[in-house]
Amino acid sequence: MNSIILRAGTRYLVGLLLLFSVFMLLRGHNEPGGGFIGGLIGASGFVLFAIACGTGDARRALRLAPETLAVLGLGLAFLAGLVAALFGDEFFTGQWLFIGATEDSKGLPLSTVLMFDIGVYLAVFGATLSLVFAMEEEV
Amino acid sequence: MTAVDTDIAPRGNGWVGLAPIVLAAGLFAAFATALPSIAAGEALAFVRPWVPALGLSLAFVIDGLSLTFALLISGIGALVLLYSNSYLAGHPQYRRFALYLTAFMLSMLGLVLADDLIVLFVFWELTTFTSYLLIGFSHRSEMSRRNALQALFVTAAGGLAFLAGLILLGIAAGTTRISEIVAQGEALQSHALYLPILILLLAGAFTKSAQVPFHFWLPNAMAAPTPVSAFLHSATMVKAGVYVLARMHPSMAGSDVWFYTLTTFGAVTAVFASILALRQTDLKQALAYTTLMALGTLTLFLGQESGYAMTAFATFLIVHSLYKAALFLVIGAVDKATGTREVDALGGLGRLMPITAAAAAVSAMSMAGFPPFLGFIGKELKYAGALAVASEPMLVAGAVLLANALMFAVAGIVAFRPFWRGAPTVTRPVREVPWPMLAGPVILAALGAVFGLNPDLLQRTLVTPTVLSLTGEVEAARELKLWAGVNLPLILSVATFALGLLLYIGHVHLRRALTRAAQRTPSLDAGWDRFMDGLRLGAIHLTARIQTGRMTDYLSVTFATIALALAAAMVGRGLPGFAPLAGETTWLHVPLAALLIAGAAQAAFTSSRIAAVAALGVVGIGAALVFIFFGAPDVAITQLMVEVLVVVLVAVVMLRLPELREAPDRFRPGHALIAVSVGAVTSLMLLAVLDTPLDRSVTDFFEAASWPEAFGRNIVNVILVDFRALDTFGEVAVVVVAALSAVALLRQKREDNR
Repeated sequence: MNSIILRAGTRYLVGLLLLFSVFMLLRGHNEPGGGFIGGLIGASGFVLFAIACGTGDARRALRLAPETLAVLGLGLAFLAGLVAALFGDEFFTGQWLFIGATEDSKGLPLSTVLMFDIGVYLAVFGATLSLVFAMEEEV
Repeated sequence: MTAVDTDIAPRGNGWVGLAPIVLAAGLFAAFATALPSIAAGEALAFVRPWVPALGLSLAFVIDGLSLTFALLISGIGALVLLYSNSYLAGHPQYRRFALYLTAFMLSMLGLVLADDLIVLFVFWELTTFTSYLLIGFSHRSEMSRRNALQALFVTAAGGLAFLAGLILLGIAAGTTRISEIVAQGEALQSHALYLPILILLLAGAFTKSAQVPFHFWLPNAMAAPTPVSAFLHSATMVKAGVYVLARMHPSMAGSDVWFYTLTTFGAVTAVFASILALRQTDLKQALAYTTLMALGTLTLFLGQESGYAMTAFATFLIVHSLYKAALFLVIGAVDKATGTREVDALGGLGRLMPITAAAAAVSAMSMAGFPPFLGFIGKELKYAGALAVASEPMLVAGAVLLANALMFAVAGIVAFRPFWRGAPTVTRPVREVPWPMLAGPVILAALGAVFGLNPDLLQRTLVTPTVLSLTGEVEAARELKLWAGVNLPLILSVATFALGLLLYIGHVHLRRALTRAAQRTPSLDAGWDRFMDGLRLGAIHLTARIQTGRMTDYLSVTFATIALALAAAMVGRGLPGFAPLAGETTWLHVPLAALLIAGAAQAAFTSSRIAAVAALGVVGIGAALVFIFFGAPDVAITQLMVEVLVVVLVAVVMLRLPELREAPDRFRPGHALIAVSVGAVTSLMLLAVLDTPLDRSVTDFFEAASWPEAFGRNIVNVILVDFRALDTFGEVAVVVVAALSAVALLRQKREDNR
C-alpha cells in the first residue's frame, strides 16, 4: 500500500508496538500480559510494517526468517523445561534465581519460567508472521 | 510364477540360505524329542504371563494333535527351505524370501501350539499376512499381486468372523485357555451362544481352509513360487482351518448343526474340487485342486464322532502332507528343468530325470492309494470312517469313492504321464536337478512307503495321540493295518481303482467336456473381480458425494453436527435446570448486547464480503468487551489481537477472491436453520452450565499457590507458564506446526500455478 502518511506513522508505531510487546511479556507474571499476548502484539507491529512498506522490507528488518524464529522459540521453551532435570526435578518445574534479594525485596528474579515465556513469545510471533507474510506474498 | 532361470547349478545363497534350514531342522529335532512323552499320553504345557490384567497368558501346549502338526510344519519346512535355496539360487530377493518363509513357519508353529484363544488368533493373522507376502513374492507380476490380495481379503474377512467367534467362545466358556475349554466337554453345546460361536468359527475355518464357496483363492494362490505352494498350500496354512476345527472338536462336535454343516461342506468341496482338478492342464493347478479335495475330506471326517472317522482324519492328514508336498516339489523340479508345467508339453522325462521320476511315482502311488503305501491305509480308513457315519453312510461313502477315483486319475496325470508317456517336446537339454531339490521329494516319498510297511510306527507315535486329543480316549483309535481281510472298505478300494483307471483313460475327453461346461457356468473368480470393481466404484461415488470441495458444505455439516450432538447430549441425559435469563444484568450490558446482535445481523444479511468481515470484527470486539467486564483482561487482549490479525489476513485474501457466484442476498433456509439451532443450543448449554454450582476447589488452589509457589500474581499467566507449562508447550507447538504447514501449502500452490 503506497501511503506516505501510513509509512511515516508506521515508523514510530512499529517501535512503540515492539516495546509494548516486550513490556507485556515481562509484566505478564504479575499483571495482565504474558508471552502469548506479547507475541501477538509484536507480530501486529510487523504486520503493520509489512502493509506500509511491503513484506520485502519487513523481512529485511526482521533479519531472521519468521519460520526460524518460531522454531527457535519452540526450542527455547523446550530447553526451559529441560533445565529442571539438572536439579533433579520433574520436566517443566520452574527454577528460580533471585539476584540481590534482601529481607524485603526479591531482587531481580530470573527463572526458567521467564525463559519459557520468551520461547512462547518467539513461537507465536514467528508463527503469526510466517502465516501473514506467506499470505501477502503468495495469494 | 517367477522367472525361472535356466541355470540349475547347485549354488546357494550363502548364510541367508543356510540359517533358516538349520533353524527349521533344529525345531524338528526339538519337537521329535517330545515324541516319547506324547506317545505315553501326556501333554506338555508352557505358560508365561502376557497381559495379567486381562488374564491373558502366552500359553502353549504340546499334545498329540499339535505335535503332529508341529512335526509336519518344521519337517516339511526344513526340506522346503533346503529346496528353495537351490530353486531360487542367486535370486536377488532371496533374503526377503527366506525371511517371509521362516516367519510364516514360526507363525504356523505358534498357531498349532497356542493354548489360548487370543494367542491363537494372533498367530492365525500372522499366517494370513506372511502368506500374503509369499503369494505376492513375484511382485512385478500384476496377476501375482491381484491373487495375493484376493487371498488376503478372503482369509482376513474370515479372520474377522473368527475373532468374533473366539471372543464369544471365551465369554461362553468363562476362560480363554483352550485346554480348559476342551476339558469342559460338550457343556458348551447347551450354551445360548453355541450357534453364533459355531457359525463364526466355521466362517473363519472355511475361508482359511478354502471350502466351497470360498475355494477360489487357493488355486489362484499358486502364483507363488512352487516351494511356497508346497509348504503353504499343501501341508500348512490351508490346514490351519482344519486344525482349529479339530482343536474344537471335543467341545463343539456332536450337535446336528456341526454334523450336517461339516459333512455337507466337506463332501461338496471334495467332489467339486476333484472334478475341477481333472480339468487342469497346468500340473501345479491340478495339484492345487486336489489339495482342495483333501481339505474337504478332512472337514468331512471332522464332522463325525466315530473312532474310525477320527483315525481316518489323523492318518489322512499325515499321508496327504507327505505326498502332496513331495509332488509339489517334483512339479517345481520339472518346471525348473524343462521350463514348463503344461501337461501336453511334457513327456518321457523318466529317463532324463530318474530320481525325480521315482519320487514322483512313489508319492503318486500313495496318493492313488496303492498298497503297500501309507495312502492305501489312509484310503481304507476313509472308507471305514465313511461307513461308520450314523446317518447317510452310503452318501458319504459315495462322495469319498468318487473323490478318491478322481484323485487316482489326477495322480496318473501329474506323476505318470509326464515321466513315462510320449517323448519330450521341449527343445532344451533336460538334466536332473541338484541334490538339495531331490532331498525333499525323495525323503517325503520314502516316508510314505516306510509308514505304509510299518503302520505300527506311525500308530504309536502320532495317530493314537492325535485321536486321544480329539476324543479324549485312547481306545477310540482304530488300528492301522495294511491287510484287514476282505471287507467292504477293500471292495470299495477295488472299485476305486477300476473307476480311477477309467477316468484316467478317458481324461482327455473328459477335460474337453468339463472345459465346455465351465465356460457356461458363472465363475466365482470373475465374480470376485466384479465385486472388487463395484467396491472401488462405490468408494469413488461415495467420496465424490461427501467430499464436495465446497467450504459451505463442510461448514454446514460441521455445525449441524455440533447442534445435533449438543442437543442429543442435553436431551439424552435428562433436561438440566437453566439459570434465569436476566441474572445479574446491569445497564452496561444492554448496549453491549445490542452491539453484538447488530454485528451478527449485519454479517448475516449483508451482500458484501468486506462488510461481513467488518461486522464479524464488531462481534469479536464485543466479545472482548464481555471479557473485560467480567474480569479477564488477558483473554480480552488476546481476543482483540486475534481480531486485528484476522481482519488483516481476510483483507489480504478478499482482494484476490472471485466474485460470489450465488446472489449473496438470497435467503437460504437450510443455513438459517443450522445457524439458529447452533445459537439456541449453545445458549441453552451455557444457561445450564451457569445453573450448576461452581466448583471452586481448583481455583482456590491456584489462588493460594500462585504467589508462594510460583512467585506470580497473575494467576492466568502462572497457570500458562508454570502449573500447566506442558499443555502450553503442546499448544505452542501446534501453532508453529500449523503455521509452517500453511506456509508450505501456500508455496506449493505457487509452484503448481507456474
